[in-house]
Amino acid sequence: MDLIQSYHLDILKEAANIGAGNAATSLSKLTKEEIEMNVPEAVVMPFRDIPNHIGGAEKVMASVFFRLTGEAKGNMFFMLPEQEARAFIFDLTGTYFERITDIQHDPLAVSSLQEVGNILAGSYLTNLSEFLHVRIQHSVPSLAIDMAGAILEHGLLEWSEVGEYALVMSTVLKKKDSSHQSTGGHFFLLPDPETFVRLFQSLGVKDQ
Amino acid sequence: MSSRIGQVNIVKVWMADLNIAIAPQLIQTSGLGSCVSVVLYDEEAKAAGMAHIMLPSSRLHASGECNRAKYADSAIEDLYSLLIYHGARRNKVKAKIAGGAQMFEAASSALRIGPRNVEAVKETLKKMHIFLAAEDTGGNSGRTVLFDPATSHLSIRTVNAEEKII
Repeated sequence: MDLIQSYHLDILKEAANIGAGNAATSLSKLTKEEIEMNVPEAVVMPFRDIPNHIGGAEKVMASVFFRLTGEAKGNMFFMLPEQEARAFIFDLTGTYFERITDIQHDPLAVSSLQEVGNILAGSYLTNLSEFLHVRIQHSVPSLAIDMAGAILEHGLLEWSEVGEYALVMSTVLKKKDSSHQSTGGHFFLLPDPETFVRLFQSLGVKDQ
Repeated sequence: MSSRIGQVNIVKVWMADLNIAIAPQLIQTSGLGSCVSVVLYDEEAKAAGMAHIMLPSSRLHASGECNRAKYADSAIEDLYSLLIYHGARRNKVKAKIAGGAQMFEAASSALRIGPRNVEAVKETLKKMHIFLAAEDTGGNSGRTVLFDPATSHLSIRTVNAEEKII
């Protein structure tokens, strides 16, 4: 991935910032709470480091997946750790789940998580595509509650065909004033390798 | 031999990686989704190797340097050679495999990479005349697998079911 330079990553970081900012606003409207986000990252990481970025390969998370198509292709995940996923569903449906894995047997809980993912991904991508001047469509949301490593593997397929690294754009959204241990919701966006090249052509950024 | 647990050394295998463990070492890979973990072992030599493969075939590799541990065919070839080098006997090597799940249903199911990985692993084992002793593949759950060369047990943990030993 010699192709990816630090100024490319700076542009993507700004894109993630703009996308996630809009998603944070949507989330704040949904939950009627103040939501803050960390400074988004755009980094090139070896596959093995990616699950560590989110708390380890075995960390169980509720994850809504979207396949992105159109002028920019890629994979997008909205991932919630155990406690946040349960709190979220309690806020939305009034149902309290003892264990995160019980959520997948409840159709209402599943569809509410998918719908939240859908709204947030929509807000994120609307701003992202405006900023990057590309049209992006996203698939219907698909939910899995499982180990982070197993979930993220699904998003690495396109990169695994070209190398040992992936370009990852990530942002964390969380309630304001929540404890520092609380991790909040993670956005993970992995643009396909070919899309990476296309994006910078459309932005008029040339390789020197 | 007092506290075995305290001393046990677990060899970690990462995504697109392979390694060897000799008893009393254990060998583990975490959070397998569509990837497949292939274990080759010699029961009596108490030696085992594990690979965490991501894709079916190294022929898919475009150009340039290739990480052979990433593909079913090349990973199994390398793992076999490495295991023999570490004392396993050629005609005694068997295999156990796990993984190859389909984590999400809706999107990009056309790719079906999990089942294709499993198929490619089985084909390579057959071609190399390695007996497949047990498998836990498919489904839609992630797996963490741990192999003990001392007992030849492969234990499989998922978030939805009890631990399973094959």
